[in-house]
Amino acid sequence: MRELSLHILDVVENGITAGGNCIWIKVEEDTKADQLKIAIRDNGRGMPLEKLQNINDPFITSRTTRRVGLGLSLLAAAAERCEGTLRVDTSPGKGTEIEATFRHGHIDRAPLGDMAATITTLIIGNPGIDFVYMHRIDGGEFSFDTREIRAQMDDFSLSDPVVIHHLTESIRSSLEELTSHKDST
Amino acid sequence: MAKLTIEDLKKIKDETSRLNSLRDGPASIKITVHMGTCGIAAGARDVMNALMEEMAEANRSDIRVVASGCMGMCSSEPNVTVEVKGDEPIVYQLMDANRMRQVFRRHVLLGEVQTDFALAKM
Repeated sequence: MRELSLHILDVVENGITAGGNCIWIKVEEDTKADQLKIAIRDNGRGMPLEKLQNINDPFITSRTTRRVGLGLSLLAAAAERCEGTLRVDTSPGKGTEIEATFRHGHIDRAPLGDMAATITTLIIGNPGIDFVYMHRIDGGEFSFDTREIRAQMDDFSLSDPVVIHHLTESIRSSLEELTSHKDST
Repeated sequence: MAKLTIEDLKKIKDETSRLNSLRDGPASIKITVHMGTCGIAAGARDVMNALMEEMAEANRSDIRVVASGCMGMCSSEPNVTVEVKGDEPIVYQLMDANRMRQVFRRHVLLGEVQTDFALAKM
């Protein structure tokens, strides 16, 4: 994958397939500690332990259309080549949390990419699923919660393409603000 | 702290409220963007974003967009399936943002199947 945000899009789809109805996405960039952390949590059915032991093996998959599952093994490989790790916590019935760490300034670290597009693509493609997104860069923080939006905007339709278009622009400019704030300090 | 404010959302809502009333009708066209690992790696997110922009411009209440997983045809990703009520579903292959725009404007809006991009009639 060319961008880490595409890995995020991919792994979040796993959580939805596992029956989760709310997905938490957390991105933390700490330039002083030279670390980038991506955490994705779902409230789906969790993973059986025998699958967990072989998490980096692409030939372990719960899919039935073919025998290769790539999503998590690709993310693990991306993290490991940046002196990072991939950790998976799962409890059957409660959900799964995946945490990937990267050395922020590693030459092999793919750019984070277009997070706004990832978030709104998830929202539009998965009506009925809630997403909580938190992005922290050093001191600054951006957060976004579809449950808040749904509560505040009663008849507000998150499946409306015009709304989604505005939402993408809005998230994009908030993240730009966050990044430029980091550069100026 | 940068945060999407409720005022921002109200503004978005005001801009779109004229549309909301139109969007509750039954769906007669369903567009599926296949977004498995293979699709995403091949560019399905760009396809989805182009589709959203076209949808926003077209202002039609009877078109539904959904994301689905891999359908086992990874080499032809990104794949997009267009189902017009009463017609056979058409699977398009090797899509990108421009192809998506063309399929949307010609097939979805005008009913002309874009056979050049089609993988199969299901």
